[in-house]
Amino acid sequence: MNGAPLLSVEGLVKRFAGFVALSEIRLAVAPGERLGLIGPNGSGKTTLINCVSGLLRPEQGAILYDGRAITRMPAFERTRLGIARSFQIPRPFRSMSVLENLMVPLDYVAHRGQLRDTGAQDEAMALLAQMGLAEKAQAFAGSLTQVDLRKLELARALAARPKLLISDEAMAGLSGAEIEEVLALLWRLNETGITVIMIEHIMSAVMRFSQRVICLDAGKIIAEGTPTQMVENPEVRRAYLGA
Amino acid sequence: MTRAGAKFWVGAAAVMLLALAATAILKNEYWFYAGFVVLQFVVLATAWNILGGYAGYVNFGTSAFVGAGTYAAIVAIKALAAPLGVQILLAAGIAGLLGFATGLLTLRLRGIFFSIATVAVAIVLETFIVNWRFVGGSTGIQILRPVDTGLFGSYTKMLFLVMVGLSVAAAAIARTLEISWIGRGLRAVRDNEEAAESCGVPTLRLKLIACTISGALMGAAGAPMAVYQSYIEPASAFSLNYSILALAMPIVGGTAHWSGPVLGALLFGTLQQVVSATISSELNRLVIGVMLIVFVVGAPAGIVGLWRKWAAKRAGAGSP
Ligand SMILES: Nc1ncnc2c1ncn2[C@@H]1O[C@H](COP(=O)(O)OP(=O)(O)O)[C@@H](O)[C@H]1O
Ligand SMILES: [Mg+2]
Repeated sequence: MNGAPLLSVEGLVKRFAGFVALSEIRLAVAPGERLGLIGPNGSGKTTLINCVSGLLRPEQGAILYDGRAITRMPAFERTRLGIARSFQIPRPFRSMSVLENLMVPLDYVAHRGQLRDTGAQDEAMALLAQMGLAEKAQAFAGSLTQVDLRKLELARALAARPKLLISDEAMAGLSGAEIEEVLALLWRLNETGITVIMIEHIMSAVMRFSQRVICLDAGKIIAEGTPTQMVENPEVRRAYLGA
Repeated sequence: MTRAGAKFWVGAAAVMLLALAATAILKNEYWFYAGFVVLQFVVLATAWNILGGYAGYVNFGTSAFVGAGTYAAIVAIKALAAPLGVQILLAAGIAGLLGFATGLLTLRLRGIFFSIATVAVAIVLETFIVNWRFVGGSTGIQILRPVDTGLFGSYTKMLFLVMVGLSVAAAAIARTLEISWIGRGLRAVRDNEEAAESCGVPTLRLKLIACTISGALMGAAGAPMAVYQSYIEPASAFSLNYSILALAMPIVGGTAHWSGPVLGALLFGTLQQVVSATISSELNRLVIGVMLIVFVVGAPAGIVGLWRKWAAKRAGAGSP
């Protein structure tokens, strides 16, 4: 890896009432990189990004972003620094319209401190169009289908104008064509310089997308390498097929 | 100003003029005596809704803030011989501070734990007052009304107009918050707090703002009680009624829009006055209970929600 990493995680430990969900995780992500994060259910992928995005505090270890320690920083400040994530189980603002869901990060991150109507609405509409949600802009988020909720998750994360986008199984439940659309979108974003961490169970997608893949199992990194190396790795195969 | 904003302020001015005209026309003091109580609940319900409705943090301790306001006014009278305006400002300041402190201690708690903590605050504060001799302790304190200046007809009419002013101020503050970025952030907190944080919303800060403003308004509503009742004891100043009604009224009226708590308080408050004047005050509690059940089960979005549904249906039926 050349130059300083955008994100680095050092010796991260997270426990839930004695149960060790993450043990001594070390990893670094370069600016502009496309990193895949795989591992069986319950291996700690979501817990890891909860620690990175600030919703969980690790018991030990440090998280550095853009050269500064953010281990104890509140989640909203991390988002303002450029870390945005989607939720594996969608968490829409149910009482709001789809459009207003995007207005929250636009108000609080990108257009913070600005007076009304500086193009935030247009920006939200453009994002919705990109995700194929334009016709549903005025619908209540609570009335969306699961598939649309996943798209909304991604659109809302993008509305925070991230430098580092973490997508947590954003493609689950999507059709083949929709997966291609989301992949193409993430490619385009990555080409504009956004670093992407993709957590995904759909192997074809994550292997095609990622430059590098990390595999977690039971809270530990068991393998790391290029997609081809990962497919051939016996540890990864065992973790996925069950011992 | 937006069109909706202009409409609001024209409406507010009309309400104040109407109230002024009523003090000039109506002779029976009872109307103003009862009206004061109804309007006090307009302020309380509106204040409660800023935290409970917008942010979804249910405060069971409204009585703590009302009582703090009343006793702040008593201290202002006894120690400083301060006029009513100063009493109200001081009460708002003290209760706002109490809101901020309570928030700092409890707003990290979610859901029911926050609610339980607010009950504790009310109990602690009442106990403190009961043991404070300067303000009369548990036996209470007699407050002499200032000499009637004859302004607005009578002292009761003047107090009524003060409550009209406080009601309009409370509604204006709630509305301003609601349509601002703060309102959107509070709604995000209510819908999903972790998602809100992840969208850059400083959730703790917003909840503290809401808790402080809510508390300050409750305290302001409690301040005039000192001269309204002229005899104050902790048991009535910290009455559980405040806590129950301030929560019930927004639920009946609707919590999503500032007009919900106002409507709920006007309807509920008036009904209460009628029931206790014509039938019995015991029946009051029953009326509250039945109405709460009816609305929670039948119309969880309150009167405003019913109205919106009806308007949407009419609009739908009107178009081909
Ligand atoms: N808030 C929590 N409290 C207790 N246990 C948790 C919590 N979150 C996750 N876990 C546990 O931590 C482990 C890792 O979970 P998770 O990070 O969601 O896995 P993955 O995303 O890889 O499927 C699981 O065993 C899960 O049950
Ligand atoms: Mg997961």
